[in-house]
Amino acid sequence: MRDVAVVGFAQRQMKDFDGSPSMAELLVPILAECYEQTGWTKKDIGFWCSGSSDYLAGRSFSFVSAIDAIGVLPPVNESHVEMDAAWALYEAWIKIQTGEVDTALVFGFGKASAGVLRRTLSMQLDPYTMTPLWPDTVSLAALQARLGLDAGLWDEAALAEVVNRSLTDAEKNEYAVRAGGSSVSELLARPMFADPLRKHDCAPVTDGAAAIVLAAGDRARDVRERPAWISGIAHSSDGLHLGTRDLTVSGSAERAAAAVGGTAGVQVAELHAPFSHQELVLRSALGLGGDVQVSPSGGALAANPMFSAGAIRIGEAAKRIWDGSADKVLGHATSGPALQQNLVCVMEAEENGRAK
Amino acid sequence: MTVAFDYTRSTGPVLGRFFTGLRDATVVGGRLSDGRVAVPPPEYDPISHQAVTEFVELPDTGTVTSWTWVSEPVAGQPFDRPFAYALITIDGADVPWLHAVDVASPDEIETGMKVRARWAEERTGSVTDLVFEGDSVGLDTPSPSGSGGSTSAETLVETNTVEDVTRIVTPVSLDYHYAASPEESSFFRGLAEGRILGQRCPKCQKVYVPPRGACPTDGVPTAEEIELSHVGTVTTFCVVNVPFLGQKIKPPYVSAYVLLDGADIALQHLILDIPADEVRMGMRVKAVWRPRDEWVTSIENISHFAPTDEPDADFDSYKHHL
Repeated sequence: MRDVAVVGFAQRQMKDFDGSPSMAELLVPILAECYEQTGWTKKDIGFWCSGSSDYLAGRSFSFVSAIDAIGVLPPVNESHVEMDAAWALYEAWIKIQTGEVDTALVFGFGKASAGVLRRTLSMQLDPYTMTPLWPDTVSLAALQARLGLDAGLWDEAALAEVVNRSLTDAEKNEYAVRAGGSSVSELLARPMFADPLRKHDCAPVTDGAAAIVLAAGDRARDVRERPAWISGIAHSSDGLHLGTRDLTVSGSAERAAAAVGGTAGVQVAELHAPFSHQELVLRSALGLGGDVQVSPSGGALAANPMFSAGAIRIGEAAKRIWDGSADKVLGHATSGPALQQNLVCVMEAEENGRAK
Repeated sequence: MTVAFDYTRSTGPVLGRFFTGLRDATVVGGRLSDGRVAVPPPEYDPISHQAVTEFVELPDTGTVTSWTWVSEPVAGQPFDRPFAYALITIDGADVPWLHAVDVASPDEIETGMKVRARWAEERTGSVTDLVFEGDSVGLDTPSPSGSGGSTSAETLVETNTVEDVTRIVTPVSLDYHYAASPEESSFFRGLAEGRILGQRCPKCQKVYVPPRGACPTDGVPTAEEIELSHVGTVTTFCVVNVPFLGQKIKPPYVSAYVLLDGADIALQHLILDIPADEVRMGMRVKAVWRPRDEWVTSIENISHFAPTDEPDADFDSYKHHL
């Protein structure tokens, strides 16, 4: 295996992006920031991979318009996933492992506000037995939340504690679109939105984009004193049907964590939990103890730009390696309804800390 | 802007059996390799990955396993007023089914509540053929009239002679607020004034029309505004012979790339006022605008392009723009 590290990260998040759904004009300054961090130009990037969805953009081939932001004459080595950019990062990591390239830039973008997001996302469900009922993502998460409440796995106060900690942490994040902690009792006094979830239990609809730069070996060492070396990366998916899996646990997150050799020693975990109870499901599935700092950026409850929020978790975690405040971190991304798909990326300051 | 399409989907044997059941007001489950009964039956067993082949006819009653209150329904959902989605475990099944429950308030539903299907009068073989309601509705009248219940047996006899459901149509319609980039906005505002505006890339100096948020060669926004001529050259074209939904002009007609004088990127538009078989590469054409009082911020302000009757342009003059 080649040693590959995260060496660049830029993001933009907002409630309502006033521009085209291809977001080329938002990606231009993000890519410029990646060049500035690395000292590279376009020619230094061996592979490009993006994550986005035409359902979000409301137009076909929106990712083709987005690559205008790269400037693609002469043509570049490029790919796309209809997934969060965290999965684009996975593809790029494999591309570097093949030895074909040494560097990659991955990006994700999405203008969720162009449509009604919770409705648009019902397009990701089984088109035969679910989509005709247009179950929105918030309702599906609420069904999951109640299963855990009824089973005594968590209570409403535990959900409010997740929210309070996230929104308090988000006060320090300039990209948060929702921030400001209060108290568990104040949060519980607010009205239900999708009983048993209140609005603050659900990630805010967020527009945004992000980019991450990967580099192998010396290319990474040239860029940063402390590159965030990827010691393990894996993803897994649960089945299509909500009924045939236990929604109070996350089998796919457990499998992804097992595939990277577990999470022992992780000091900071940036979890992509778009609903408060999902953080509790993930902590348990990933085996994160009480001493692990969870989502100090504020996490997805502070900002959840579709198709980049997962990659942002990896970028936020990598920053903690760069600045020396942690030696082993975890970035997590989710996709699909009720935590159906999960990706885990463990990064370390020590190159040889890589799990076999 | 609304993007809509009616997807016609073949069902295959497993979902076909399920949908045929729904059309006949019967709930059909599938037996999984671990002995559990699942509604809807999955095509492939989630554990063994083998095709599901054993089906079980079940009652149309069940128990709420989880529920949520949809306080603000969105378009397409089973009700346009607040309602409950629930995971419902059908009596005799082991795996819950996502569906809607018609109750008036969240106070009228709880985990463990018994529910019963309320079937639509006219059923097509779809999950939208039913919703659930509190089972107490049926307690006073064991054979409710008007829907389901007493009529379902009758319907079954009748529909047994009808062919199985093999196809379903699932309409999808999504609404978007489609915003333009700052560069595109200047183009559309120009059109509303009868002007065609492009912008020059600060790096490669190419003039783009419409202007772009990023020059696809250099990855920087186009900047300097250039007002373009309304006259240009057909670089390439196609004759549209195929009728399609929403077509506004009777085929055959020509859709072409027009390279406006002063631009580096061709604009796609219609070539009319000339028989389709006389349109050619290099032909000089001019924009024909709609009447001024019809102008909006749209490319449709230009009705089409028509021949100028100038001599054709030399191939060399546009060969780099193909």
